[in-house]
Amino acid sequence: MPADTSPTPATGATSMSASTPSSPATGSTGTTRSVADQGRADLQGLATEPGVKKKDPIVVATDVRRTFGGLTAVDVEHVEIQRGVITALIGPNGAGKTTFFNLLTGFDQPDSGSWTFNGTSLKGKSAYKVARLGMVRTFQLTKVLSKLTVLENMRMGATGQRGERFWAGALPFLWKSQEQEITARARELLGRFKLDAKESDFAGSLSGGQRKLLEMARALMVGPELVMLDEPMAGVNPALKQSLLGHVKSLREEGMSVLFVEHDMDMVRDISDWVIVMAQGKVIAEGPPRSIMTDQRVIDAYLGAHHDTDISELEHVVTAEHQQPKEETA
Amino acid sequence: MIDAFTGALHDGFGYVAISYCLAAIGLNIQFGYSGLLNFGQAAFLAIGGYIMGAAIATSGIPTIPAMLIAILFAVALALILGVPTLRLRADYLAIVTIAAAEILRLVFGTSFREYFRGKDGVTGFADGFRGLNPLPEYDGFFLTYSRNELWTIIVGWIVVILICVLVWALMRSPWGRVLRGIREDEDAVRSLGKNVYGYKMQALVLGGVIGCIGGFIGAFGAASVQADTFNLDFTFIALTMLILGGAARVLGPVVGAILFWAVLSFLGSILSDLSANPTVAQFMNADQASNVRLMLVGLVLMLLMIYRPQGIFGDRKEIALDAR
Ligand SMILES: Nc1ncnc2c1ncn2[C@@H]1O[C@H](COP(=O)(O)OP(=O)(O)O)[C@@H](O)[C@H]1O
Ligand SMILES: [Mg+2]
Repeated sequence: MPADTSPTPATGATSMSASTPSSPATGSTGTTRSVADQGRADLQGLATEPGVKKKDPIVVATDVRRTFGGLTAVDVEHVEIQRGVITALIGPNGAGKTTFFNLLTGFDQPDSGSWTFNGTSLKGKSAYKVARLGMVRTFQLTKVLSKLTVLENMRMGATGQRGERFWAGALPFLWKSQEQEITARARELLGRFKLDAKESDFAGSLSGGQRKLLEMARALMVGPELVMLDEPMAGVNPALKQSLLGHVKSLREEGMSVLFVEHDMDMVRDISDWVIVMAQGKVIAEGPPRSIMTDQRVIDAYLGAHHDTDISELEHVVTAEHQQPKEETA
Repeated sequence: MIDAFTGALHDGFGYVAISYCLAAIGLNIQFGYSGLLNFGQAAFLAIGGYIMGAAIATSGIPTIPAMLIAILFAVALALILGVPTLRLRADYLAIVTIAAAEILRLVFGTSFREYFRGKDGVTGFADGFRGLNPLPEYDGFFLTYSRNELWTIIVGWIVVILICVLVWALMRSPWGRVLRGIREDEDAVRSLGKNVYGYKMQALVLGGVIGCIGGFIGAFGAASVQADTFNLDFTFIALTMLILGGAARVLGPVVGAILFWAVLSFLGSILSDLSANPTVAQFMNADQASNVRLMLVGLVLMLLMIYRPQGIFGDRKEIALDAR
């Protein structure tokens, strides 16, 4: 039978156990530094122009174009995502952020262009292969499997499961012990995400915010090197938001790279190390969060016209956009 | 009345019920667990009957190898149907399977006459199977089964039980979990690194092979194979049984098949008795009685769908036929 369920190539410097929060990498000075510190150091002093080269990029995309009929949804000339840091992807609604996510992760095919992950070209790779390589995404409209339990959702995330092969599936002794390891790992993550009390509930019974949490926790089960979160905060209540923020930061401390789409500028400023701004399919600006918010191009993109405006006004606009009712609030 | 009950049991557990039951188990794997719409399950049973029958009767191949050849054909059919459609939306598979089933039925009924014998159908292949019959020479077995029928039925139900155990084991494994995930949202499953296409293909092949085995039982029971048996109604009746019993439940299709044939036979006996009564015969003669029977079955199914859409065994929380 043809299904390819070969185990994942060991991805990531990531150890999923919460007790070992950082994976060391050797810095140029010869001292041991965490991947996150190294990544942040790499970003220092970079030019703040669209398409700027990063010292240690995990993703490099060139000339990626996607049109829908006459509409050019994505037209990215060049963009690089730095390893080990949290990168925010912002831009007004319809800027092409989700489409760009879909293209990078193999859920959609571009008209043209090429992109690499860890130096491997991903062009034409199916979505499941991209995930196995260690580039795992979540969806703007959460995709929890609502008729499976929370714990089953989590177990599904683990790669290289022996019991997922057809012939082995019928023979429990081949996979029972691995299943126990997976379950232990799933429970540990559920605990961190405060979903442990819900483990035997159907995922469909969770609130919108809890679904976002579950989807993120489930993505971590894959063992990603790069986590791509599409509007992780949409429809999440303020209390949960704080804990989600903490989770995203802890991914970075564990050595993962994060790329996330977000409208809430407070959150962007709070946790991101680098911001990429898209508008009308193009990357129009890049830079550290503080300087990007005063960037005239960014303000224009959000306001759609020239305006003498300062950051508080920008935040106002952006937050108002974010407040628009989302389908997620359940 | 007693006759009606005996008849109901006779049909409910007969070889025709077994053959439909296996068709429905295959559909359960495809539709119930994985969400794949195969409307051409009849084609897999036709392959089971025709390829095995022709291999034995025309080419003189022994029974077991003939079965293996038929299974290879069933696998090949599943691959041919799946390769172009399983990457597309669910409805493509539905359309392609309907078309394929009709084409195969016509091919078996009209072409390669030296193998498939046109309108007469294939016969003369059951001796090997019947030769293994250990039952004594006696024709008064319970429920009025003949000696050969009873042998087919015993083997058939053992096969059903074995396949149910296999399905049960598979569906509680991580493999089955992936299928249930695909049924709900294949993009979510893909984003977790699972080869969705491969899993769908496996489900299609497995369901088709189980249908093919159902074709063996039907062929041995009747000792002949007729192309017209495998029309579109066949698949829809098997789907009806699945939904009646409860999709995505291991025993759903089994209970559905037994009940369907038992109720159909029971109503048939009662109604035909009634139509013998001269007063009733003014409204309903014997021919009409058999149609009224189907109308009543349809009515029961409608009521079932309204009040218990998950089927007799189904779990509403896990699968409601809400079609998303
Ligand atoms: N499948 C599609 N078919 C047609 N147009 C689409 C499709 N997906 C996205 N678009 C269009 O592409 C543009 C970018 O959309 P999207 O990537 O969802 O933006 P964002 O996530 O930044 O809000 C929008 O104008 C949207 O209408
Ligand atoms: Mg979006």
